Amino acid sequence: MRLTPEEVEHVALLARLELTEEERERFTTQLNSILEHFEQLRQLDTTGVPAMSHAVAISNVFRDDAPEPSLSREQALGNSPDQASNCFRVPRVIE
Amino acid sequence: MSGPTQTYNLTAHELSDLLGERKISARELLDSVWGRITELEEHLHSYILLTRELAEQQADEVDRGRARGEQLPRLAGIPIGLKDIYCTRGVETTCGSRILAGFVPPYDAHVIARCREHGLVFLGKTNMDEFAMGSSTENSSRGVTCNPWDLARVPGGSSGGSAAAVAASEAIVAMGTDTGGSVRQPASFCGVVGLKPTYGRISRYGVIAFASSLDQVGPITKDVQDCALMLNVLAGHDPRDSTSINQPVPDYTAALRPDAKGLRIGLVKEFMEYQGVGVDREVGQAVRAAVARCQELGAECDEVSLPHLNYSIPVYYIIAPAEASSNLARYDGVQYGHRTRERVTDIIEMYRKTRDEGFGAEVKRRIMLGTYTLSAGYYDAYYLKAGQVRTLIRRDFDRAFERFDLLVGPVSPSVAFRVGEKVDDPVAMYLSDVCTIPANLGGLPGMSIPCGFSADGLPIGLHLVGKPLGEETMLRAAYAYEQSTNFHRRLARPIELSDGRRRAVARA
Repeated sequence: MRLTPEEVEHVALLARLELTEEERERFTTQLNSILEHFEQLRQLDTTGVPAMSHAVAISNVFRDDAPEPSLSREQALGNSPDQASNCFRVPRVIE
Repeated sequence: MSGPTQTYNLTAHELSDLLGERKISARELLDSVWGRITELEEHLHSYILLTRELAEQQADEVDRGRARGEQLPRLAGIPIGLKDIYCTRGVETTCGSRILAGFVPPYDAHVIARCREHGLVFLGKTNMDEFAMGSSTENSSRGVTCNPWDLARVPGGSSGGSAAAVAASEAIVAMGTDTGGSVRQPASFCGVVGLKPTYGRISRYGVIAFASSLDQVGPITKDVQDCALMLNVLAGHDPRDSTSINQPVPDYTAALRPDAKGLRIGLVKEFMEYQGVGVDREVGQAVRAAVARCQELGAECDEVSLPHLNYSIPVYYIIAPAEASSNLARYDGVQYGHRTRERVTDIIEMYRKTRDEGFGAEVKRRIMLGTYTLSAGYYDAYYLKAGQVRTLIRRDFDRAFERFDLLVGPVSPSVAFRVGEKVDDPVAMYLSDVCTIPANLGGLPGMSIPCGFSADGLPIGLHLVGKPLGEETMLRAAYAYEQSTNFHRRLARPIELSDGRRRAVARA
């Protein structure tokens, strides 16, 4: 499996990253060398082995559905780079 | 001149005794450590941000409490360095990244709140690899931290600022985080003690996420007793972290006994030799000598093989970037942090320019890698396969722990490497975590303690790995070993080093 610069560009779009030409070339080489390193996992037969997604067997931790104090509007908006009318402001999404 | 009698060179437990006996005030202690920071920061750069005003308020508060005759917590008045990954109310928190420049959290991480309750004094935010992705602290957007034992070398990473600060007595204790070795490896490179607890033992609430199934909080200290005291402050259930373990917390200092009688210790073959390549000779020798010492202290030692550890690196570098690519999707220039100032025509372009400007090369590389391995058509070959091998690694550990109470080996295959040596070769950099990663994959507690020095005078760390919630056994063995040695008492002399360097430069 060898990644092409075009595939790297597609992954960058999925990841919402913008790469310069130089970055695209460098990442293509580096990602290929990392993916090559991953190939050794193929040697292992893992048929029937469950995948481990977490180290502790805890599931479905719930709390009572009761209101609790939370951040104020001012606090929640306090770090936003752009805001208007008590909302986060973003570039136009709908034409 | 710096020496063992300087206030800043003492341990937290020694200073706590002096504070309790009123032989020193919290303010005097702070002033001593601040003097050290002023003297050293230009050479070391352990800190991203210093919070002197806050520290003075906190120290004065402790002194007032004591003057009123209040019973104060054991570590009240002890100055602490905080990795810049912890959300700290009212204090800029950047995670070493441009994308979070200027972010001032409106709340405290659970462990930060615990430290405040216990009266610890906040010196500032320590340097780190951006989003904790790295093994050398060279990936910080705020510049490199130097190793106090040799300024031309890295302090390790990602908690390199915290480890360097403690090693140089720019802090008495510090906090790091460990996703693949980020507490233990810098502790080893800097000759101090670092502990990563069992996954879930310490709450991750308010810790900026990297790889959520692996991330853990851990203390970095000057000796094992300080480490146990810090764990007493940090451990415990927190309902705000749904992976937090709801089990009673022991007094970890009660486990500290100066013998290792009856402990069964296994030296892990794959820690000494990954895929047939051995660790550096001096590192191997120091670790074998440490095992022999444990035997003298009453432990039963033997070698053990955990064959699937030979796959730790590919498993980790699939799982961690996959989780990171998802966790870091939140940095979109909308709710907090950096947003591009360039003109954009739509929101996707805004996201892409913002993230391009905000993230450094290693973070982008891992986001790309994680996005790719999770993308349609590749999930089974990479992420699912890695999860299955992770199960095999955990099974190897479970089997080994039927025979042994503790597993040991080196923390890293080498001593601290030179600044710039591995920064352009991601795979070589990734291999420096080969001994520490398995404990994260297994969710197991791990620890680094000093066990010797190379011929060049660089620290070597002994790595201990315990059973789930086996912190007490680990601390007991670490304490017994430490008390039989003097490695933890040796002091780094960064000022003399930089003076020597200046003289050398002047001569040249």
